This record gives sequence, C-alpha cells and structure tokens, in this order.
Amino acid sequence: MIEINQIHKVFNKGKANQVDAINGIDLKTNDGEFLVIVGSNGSGKTTLLNLVAGSVLPSSGTINIDGNDVTNLPDHKRSQWIARVFQNPVSGTASDLSIIDNFRLAAIRTKPKGLSVGVDDTFKKLVKDKIATLGMGLENKTEQPIGTLSGGQRQALTLLMSIMDSCKVLLLDEPTAALDPRSAEIVMKTADKLIKDFQLTAILITHNLKDAYNYGNRIIQMREGIIVKDLNTEKKAELKQNDLYNWFG
Amino acid sequence: MDFYLTALLQGLCFSGIALGIYISMKIFNIPDITTDGSYTLGGGFTGVLLLNNQPSYIILPAVILAGAIAGALTGIIHTKLKINALLAGILVMTALYSINLTLMGRSNLPLNALPTIFSLVNLASNTNQNTLFILLLFVLIITLLIGYLLKTDFGIAMRATGNSETMIRALGVNTDRMKITGLAIANALTAVSGYLMTQYQGFADISMGIGIVIIGLGSVIIAEAFINWFKVTSVWISLLLVLSGAIIFQFVLAFTLSIGIDATLLKLVTAVFVLLIVSLPRLSFNRSA
Repeated sequence: MIEINQIHKVFNKGKANQVDAINGIDLKTNDGEFLVIVGSNGSGKTTLLNLVAGSVLPSSGTINIDGNDVTNLPDHKRSQWIARVFQNPVSGTASDLSIIDNFRLAAIRTKPKGLSVGVDDTFKKLVKDKIATLGMGLENKTEQPIGTLSGGQRQALTLLMSIMDSCKVLLLDEPTAALDPRSAEIVMKTADKLIKDFQLTAILITHNLKDAYNYGNRIIQMREGIIVKDLNTEKKAELKQNDLYNWFG
Repeated sequence: MDFYLTALLQGLCFSGIALGIYISMKIFNIPDITTDGSYTLGGGFTGVLLLNNQPSYIILPAVILAGAIAGALTGIIHTKLKINALLAGILVMTALYSINLTLMGRSNLPLNALPTIFSLVNLASNTNQNTLFILLLFVLIITLLIGYLLKTDFGIAMRATGNSETMIRALGVNTDRMKITGLAIANALTAVSGYLMTQYQGFADISMGIGIVIIGLGSVIIAEAFINWFKVTSVWISLLLVLSGAIIFQFVLAFTLSIGIDATLLKLVTAVFVLLIVSLPRLSFNRSA
C-alpha cells in the first residue's frame, strides 16, 4: 500500500541550523495494516508522516501509494488516497463553518469542488445518521459552527469525516495528545473501529505507550531519523507493556 | 433629505467594494488593498469605454474582467512569490495608478451627456428613483450571485481556505489557486463599484480610489459588529448586513457633513468613525470582564 524507499529529508541544508530529520528509511506497509510509530521528540516521526501526506517533500528517495509514484505530488493531490487527523483539533476542521459544511468538504475530498450546491436534505440526513453512530448526541447540532465543540468531539468528527469519501490511508498524528483521558479513549476506539470496518491502512504516531500497546498490528520505534525497531503482528502480540517502557529507558 | 438620498445611492454604489472586502478580509483573512487601484481601474475603464461609444453589454464584462485580473495579480504575487498579502496589494495598487492614468489619458474624464446605464434603462420617471431602482437591481443580482457561490461546494471550500488551511489542503484543495480566485472575485466586485460610481457621478477621476478601501473595511466592520452581536451564521444574513454596513457608513458621512463639519475633514472623520466601531466592542468587553 505505502512503499517508502531510501527516503532522506534535510531541513536548511548547508546552513548552520541544518537538521537531518530522516536518514534513509525503507518502509513497506500492507493493506489493512495499522502501524504505530513511537519515538522521542525529534526522532522524525512527524516528518515521516508529513512525507507520506505530502506536506513535506523528500530530499531524496521515493514514495509509492497504492502503486502510484507520489514522491513529488503535493498534499492536496495525495488527498485522493489519504485522510488525516491532526494533533491539534483546530487543524482538522474549519472552526467557523458548520458541522454539515465540514462534512460536505470531507465528502468530496477526492472530487472537484464545483459550482453546485451539495448540501441538500439527503446529504444532511446521511451526515446525521453517521454522526449518530458516535453516540455523542451531536446529530442535532449539525448547523452549529464546529468551533463551538470540544476538542474531543472535533477529533471524533474529524475521524468520521475521513471515511466520508473513498479512503485508503488514514494518518493519525497524535490525535489524542490534546484531549482528556475519556475523550482520548472514545477517539482511539472510534479510530480502531473505522480502521477495521473500512480495511484502512493506518499510521498512528503516539507518545502514549498504552495506546501504542493496545492498538495496531505493527509497531516501529524511530530514533534520529531511522527505524530502530520494527515488530510485526506476531511479535507485537508477544510484546509486554513494560518492554515498551524499556525501549525509552 | 436629498442629502440622505445621495448617501443611500452612494452606499449602493459602494456595495461592490463592501462585498469584495468581505470576501478578501472575512473569508480569506487577507487584508487586500488592491481595492484602491481596482476601483479606479473600474471607474476609469468605464469612462474610457463610454467615451469611445462602446455598447453597455461590452463595458460591464470588460470592467469585471479588468478588476479580476488586478486581483488575480495580487493573488499570484502573494501565493506564488510568497510575498506578504498587504505588500502584494500595495505593489499592484501602486502599479495600477500608472496604468489607470495611461488608460484614461488624463486625470479626469467627464462623461458630459453621454448615455450611461442610468439614462439608458428606464424603470421610473423620476431620475433619482430610476437610479435607485437600477442600483437596487444591481445589488440584488450581485448579492444573489455571491450568496449562491458561497453556498456551493466551491464556496464552502473558499470559506474553509481562510479558516483552516491545513485542513482544506488535506481535503484536496489547492489553496493558492483558491486565494487567487478569491482575490479576483473581490476585485472584480470592486471594479463594478467603480463602474457604477463613474456613471452615477458623471465622471471618472484618477484620485477617486484614494482611501476607498476604508469604505469596504468600515462596511464589513459594521456588519461584523452585528454578526457577533446576534451570532449570525447564515451566509445570506451576513451578506445583507455587509450591504447595510455600506449604506450606514454613507449615512454617517452624510450626517457629519449636514451638521456642518468641513468637507476637508471628511477622511479624518471616516478614520475616527471606523476606529470607533472597531474599538467599541473591545472597550465594553473589557469593562464587563
């Protein structure tokens, strides 16, 4: 599904503040794989995710998604395969727009945004039914600006928005970092369910080792821009939560 | 009373600027002062085309296109060359001064007795009423078009661009192209204001656009005060408030003139008035906090 070959990323090349963020990573994920990435700050996790999303372009190496070479495609073109949930709930939604308008944009993620009115009664009903599945009581607030909701509610909606249009890859960049424990749990459970139900290839970045232990069927650890540990499904199942803590010892 | 009728008619002429600034400032979060130049461009171009006896059905599209090009230029300079939006606007506005002067040939173009949109179309026997109806018709059409546009999928993407750029890029929108289009629309609307004003006042002048951006800003700020006050979320009501803002603004200016304040001080009064509207909500907010 995602194939990364010998990827390097250098920021501020040749200057005093040069940063070698990614130093030659090879990574291949399979369909339906839920990959968890852990690593300390500055290990290159977010850069790697941004490279996959296309909001950062690599210094060298190639990236393939679903058999297409996307190495030089910008983020808004890669959106035909990729949906993202950001660390900051504000980044994943447009605060001043109503819930329904946010969902409309998500529903046409892979399509051109044309000059016809897409928010009709059928669409409103579809969105209400989807939102009702969250069980947060938000289905009657679809005309409200999404900015009036809490961070947890917004992240849950952002997840739901990602499957409004055809989606192959779901990128989760510390989606629960800004949330309280209860909301965090709801968001992670929703994500896990959607990934399984829709057979998505997902990449989760997290600092929460409990989440890293509980979710996903493959885990990698990054350090200084390279992958230092890579555990497949069987090995991850054998992994104990304490072992994970020891990785950071 | 005539005073206030004039104010109303001028306010309607300025509704294009008000809607244009609403799009650039409120929807895209871009302080666009290309306005000063594109307003004169719209007015001057109208004058030149009228003096060359061009038919009405050519003049309006030509003016809209000219304004759109000016706006798109600002957009391209801002997004592709990564230059601060304010500076990009100043650059295009400055360049437009020379272009407008070259286009017009001299600094003032009187239309004399040339037929304008206000004399060609007859909706009422009274001249003032006729002008009012034509302007209302124009404003109605423009508002319907912009209101519809903002409701479409494209319009939602436009509104999201100024709101959360990360999000809308992740949803497959080329934000650069979106901003260029948005500024083109905004300045096309501004040019339409110049088109209406030139025909209404019977002349185009190279300095007609100086400081005109404040009229748009003032209108939008007045509208915003109401929008925040009543927590308006509807696109249509927001647009109507912006239009009312343009008219209220002209009424305030007419009022200051009618109580005998020197016309020389008009720009000062304008600036103080806008400052007042911007600061009033903050001042009262601080007291309650």
